[in-house]
Amino acid sequence: MDLRRVLAPKEEIPAGLRLALGALTGISFLALWSWLTYGGLVRPDFLAPPHEVLTAALRGLERGTLLRHIQASLLVILSGFALASVIAVPLGILMGSFQVVAAVLEPITGFMRYLPVSALIPLLILWVGIGIEEKIAVIFLGTFFQQLVLISDVSARVSKDLIDCSYTLGASRGQVVTRVLFPACLPGVMDNLRVTMGWAWTYLVVAELVAANSGLGYMILNAMRGLFTDVILLGIFVIGLLGLLTDQIFKWIRRWLVPWSPAF
Amino acid sequence: MGGGKLVVDRVRMAFARRRGEPVVALEEISLTVAEEEFVAIVGPSGCGKSTLLRLVAGLMEPTSGRMLLDGREIRGPSADRGMVFQSYTLFPWLTVQRNVEFGLSLRGVPAAERRAIARRFIAEVGLEGFEDAYPEQLSGGMRQRTALARALANDPEILLMDEPFGALDSQTRQLMQELLLGIWEHAHKTVLFITHDIDEAILLADRVLVMTARPGRIKKELVIELPRPRDISLLTSPAFMAYKREVLELLHGEALRAERGASEVGAGG
Repeated sequence: MDLRRVLAPKEEIPAGLRLALGALTGISFLALWSWLTYGGLVRPDFLAPPHEVLTAALRGLERGTLLRHIQASLLVILSGFALASVIAVPLGILMGSFQVVAAVLEPITGFMRYLPVSALIPLLILWVGIGIEEKIAVIFLGTFFQQLVLISDVSARVSKDLIDCSYTLGASRGQVVTRVLFPACLPGVMDNLRVTMGWAWTYLVVAELVAANSGLGYMILNAMRGLFTDVILLGIFVIGLLGLLTDQIFKWIRRWLVPWSPAF
Repeated sequence: MGGGKLVVDRVRMAFARRRGEPVVALEEISLTVAEEEFVAIVGPSGCGKSTLLRLVAGLMEPTSGRMLLDGREIRGPSADRGMVFQSYTLFPWLTVQRNVEFGLSLRGVPAAERRAIARRFIAEVGLEGFEDAYPEQLSGGMRQRTALARALANDPEILLMDEPFGALDSQTRQLMQELLLGIWEHAHKTVLFITHDIDEAILLADRVLVMTARPGRIKKELVIELPRPRDISLLTSPAFMAYKREVLELLHGEALRAERGASEVGAGG
């Protein structure tokens, strides 16, 4: 193996090396964590050692609380995300290709996309209460406006020649939208849904900040009060793993739904 | 003027600008294309030849003047004027077969019938065996073959071609020219073909219209009396060379004018 080649920009590296380097990162992380905790450099109530996180996980599984929290969080995330996507995808596609729709929506999207969702929580509590609706609304607001802007961009980039070509093949305006514009947007829509799904996970703790009695975000916040750093770390790991899992699922769906378009 | 398949009658096209005078892209163009005639338009870049084709396709509206196809005024795009674009315009989510069937399926032609028609045109452009390939898997030449088959399968009254081989390498381009010659010589479609490639225009067309630099006008019309069937061996014949010299001289002056016009716009803007 030529070291100069491996360290040159944009050069392929062997699969074995790639795996080994990835594993090295994981092992180094664990080693650092173990050294800090078992070596007595950090107090256990600030940073729990690895085995305590593992026992917290087993305890949670045994009692069924961990699964209950996961279920509660998944319900909030998936409902909020699905609701946002169902509206944002068609609306975004129209917004990117019809200047009339863009002109109507742009004042709202331009304003909303820079607004932190947490700033809206007091209003949400007043309007929809402190039940699961409020948590779903947080995820919805966190993803909807981002999706709208991203998907309208996908739609705006569909080539004008493709649309014009459809007209010369005899397509009506309606057919151009349903049979050309929508399928042409599909790969970009899937890519952006995957990206915004990741963002939805990042809003989870914010969503469960208020009056929650279950969910991974609640679990973390609750553990903070008793300095249970093992449970906090467990919550973080589980959120990270679930995020990774949904990301993989989106990759699979994309490959299955748009086999004709190479992934980015 | 009344007898043409396609009649373009004093069509003028000016684009409004945010500031200043509108830009005149086409200045009172009149031309006719007869039934089953192959007409090529050559001109310097920016002379508005693509604009002219888009007007005929109905994708734009002229500032003034009118256009008739079979005596009926052209208003908006329709399947009776099929178009092949320079850019790749295959639908990436459809296979070659489905792309070629697209226009037929819009009109509700039954599946079995449209499959048969598509197969015929796929064979005609030499793409048997690639029916199930997606555009992503095809070379540039194969994509344009499919685009041609798709336009022909729709059986348009006139075929509009906007530098369809402009993005291809020169060997592939020659193959495509021969393919088009072969198809045209037995299918006898009416064709209006835009190009900046002089060889291509003379090789393919019955008549070559040379356009001026912007604002575009028809500068000269040449009837190409080369025998058919033609092939690329014609490119080196004395008769071909004589036509080529004539078009080159006409275009050279226009290219100079176009350059000067561009630099004036640059200095003024």
